[in-house]
Amino acid sequence: MLEIKDLHVELEEEEKKILKGVNLTVEPGKVHAIMGPNGSGKSTLSYVLSGKEGYEVTGGSASLDGEDLLEMETEERAAAGLFLAFQYPVEIPGVGNMTFLRTAVNAQRKARGEDEISAGDFLKEVRAKAKTLKIDADMLKRPVNVGFSGGEKKRNEILQMAMLEPKMCILDETDSGLDVDAMKLVSEGVNALRDAGRGFLVITHYQRLLDHIKPDVVHIMADGRIVKTGGPELALEVENNGYADILAEVA
Amino acid sequence: MALPQIKADATEARLADLTVPEGGTWAAEARSAALARVRDMGLPHARDEYWKFTKPASLVVADVTPAAVFDNDEGPLWADVDRLKVVFVDGVFDAEASDDLALEGLEIERLADAASKDIHWAKDLYGQLEANEHGYTPRPLAALNTAFASDGVVIRVTGKVSKPVNLIYLHQSETSDAMLHHVVKVEEGAEMTLLETGPAAARFNKVMEVDVADKAAFHHVRVQGRDHERRAVTGIFARLGTESVFKSFTLTMNGTLTRNECVIELTGDDAQAHVAGACVGDGDDFHHDDTVFITHDALNCESRQVFKKVLRNGATGVFQGKILVKEGAQKTDGYQISQSLLLDEDSQFLAKPELEIYADDVACSHGSTSGAIDEEALYYLRSRGVPHAQATDLLVLAFLAEALEEIADDTLAEEIYARLEGWLGRRAG
Repeated sequence: MLEIKDLHVELEEEEKKILKGVNLTVEPGKVHAIMGPNGSGKSTLSYVLSGKEGYEVTGGSASLDGEDLLEMETEERAAAGLFLAFQYPVEIPGVGNMTFLRTAVNAQRKARGEDEISAGDFLKEVRAKAKTLKIDADMLKRPVNVGFSGGEKKRNEILQMAMLEPKMCILDETDSGLDVDAMKLVSEGVNALRDAGRGFLVITHYQRLLDHIKPDVVHIMADGRIVKTGGPELALEVENNGYADILAEVA
Repeated sequence: MALPQIKADATEARLADLTVPEGGTWAAEARSAALARVRDMGLPHARDEYWKFTKPASLVVADVTPAAVFDNDEGPLWADVDRLKVVFVDGVFDAEASDDLALEGLEIERLADAASKDIHWAKDLYGQLEANEHGYTPRPLAALNTAFASDGVVIRVTGKVSKPVNLIYLHQSETSDAMLHHVVKVEEGAEMTLLETGPAAARFNKVMEVDVADKAAFHHVRVQGRDHERRAVTGIFARLGTESVFKSFTLTMNGTLTRNECVIELTGDDAQAHVAGACVGDGDDFHHDDTVFITHDALNCESRQVFKKVLRNGATGVFQGKILVKEGAQKTDGYQISQSLLLDEDSQFLAKPELEIYADDVACSHGSTSGAIDEEALYYLRSRGVPHAQATDLLVLAFLAEALEEIADDTLAEEIYARLEGWLGRRAG
């Protein structure tokens, strides 16, 4: 599904190499986790995959179901089925959350040559999905993320994911800023979306998110590369011993 | 003080070309007093402080710069809204195209008819509110209008009017030079909504004097025509009584030169004045100027100025806004915001926000910003599949929203949104 080969990325403005040959394949139905110390390039990887400006790909490739992601505009990647849950969801004053959701859903449908969703069907669907994430009517009416708490912002990300039904979901430190209850709620939202056709890439610092969203594969990233890959037990090792041992071992 | 020769000459050159309209005693007096004011102040000159950001020459000279009549394919605004239509073509009242000037709760009359009478209630307002304001800042083009405007409407509102009055300004001649002067008197406890739509003329000078009595309300929504080459200078002069409400919103799309002035005096306690404007301009021949002056002269009044401009391809936006709080106007709540969204590096926004406060128990705030589209927000929208152009439009509308929220009536506001979406859509890419 998601296939990243020898991906090299630099910052556009200061010729700083961030990713130095990332190789990663996420199969449909699988949850992959990426862990790693600060500055290892985890978030950069998520931004580059979604097409954020400011990064230059200097080598390698990234594709989704065989389609070259790096050739596409950000919106085209989304329509192709890629979704990034932001670490810091952006506040957009003046744009209602509901308007935003409907615009996004319809834009993706249009890009795929499908009919727009009817206002009634959309409302029904959004209300049902919001309810399971404990997002109330008021949050749907308010401007996108404006005045939302950290937990509300993350739940709102998962609601968008649920509405857009992407093929490949990347979660960038979705657990940051969440208390235990909020983390549970968000994880339940993610788990509800797990199915045989959908892949997940969960970026996190901590094992605790992975207690709720059980990964199939865990990667350790350091200095722009994936240095170790293993099963769920690898996350526990990090939790118990930190990164030092692993990094020493691969150095 | 004598005027500089250059200014006196320019003023006389313009006056030589104009004729004071025929009228009854009161109108003749008001017009002659206004003419004296014009001579006293002199017409605006580029060196005047008050015209620092906007070149007045094309509004002052006798010759009108021709403006092509724009083929508007959008059809009339608010076509489905029940309203009393009063049509002017190139600044001349068109009885055929207008509705019957009868509506319960108000009296409406052509200025020419009112002016021909020797005694008329409009005497106490016509040119009076305009004249009253020159103490702070000279507004000679408004005085020129009082002296020479032959058409317009005078409206006296006595009850809660059931539907809006829509002044519709059609532009048909490429060289039309129109002056209209309206007077609106909203009596105690009465309420009305006044709509203004259309470009009016190649060059348009309009004054509207509004007296809002105690507990009365006046709502005003204006959409200036899409004609690219038109020029306009407009002035609203309003006086507000106790517990009265005045709300005015203006949408400006296109136009070579627009100067909208709004001068409001809060004279009764607990009055409320909101003035808002949204403007979208494209190209280096677009220049839009909002100049607002609000005077608080009573207790516990609220005023809001909300002006938003979206500028691209070298367009220029200007905002000059002042809140004056007089001695004793305690508990004043004054708010002023002027912002521009510059869609490229060629466009510019010039702002002069001012506060002048002589009372010690007031809350006044003002802010002025200009900036580009928020790249983070744009990326966020695009990451959800919204194409670049559509995402930009969404952010532009979001930027304008605070001004549009000042339109109290949702039905009226919806069509304004639709027009803006249309404008954005035509320029996508």
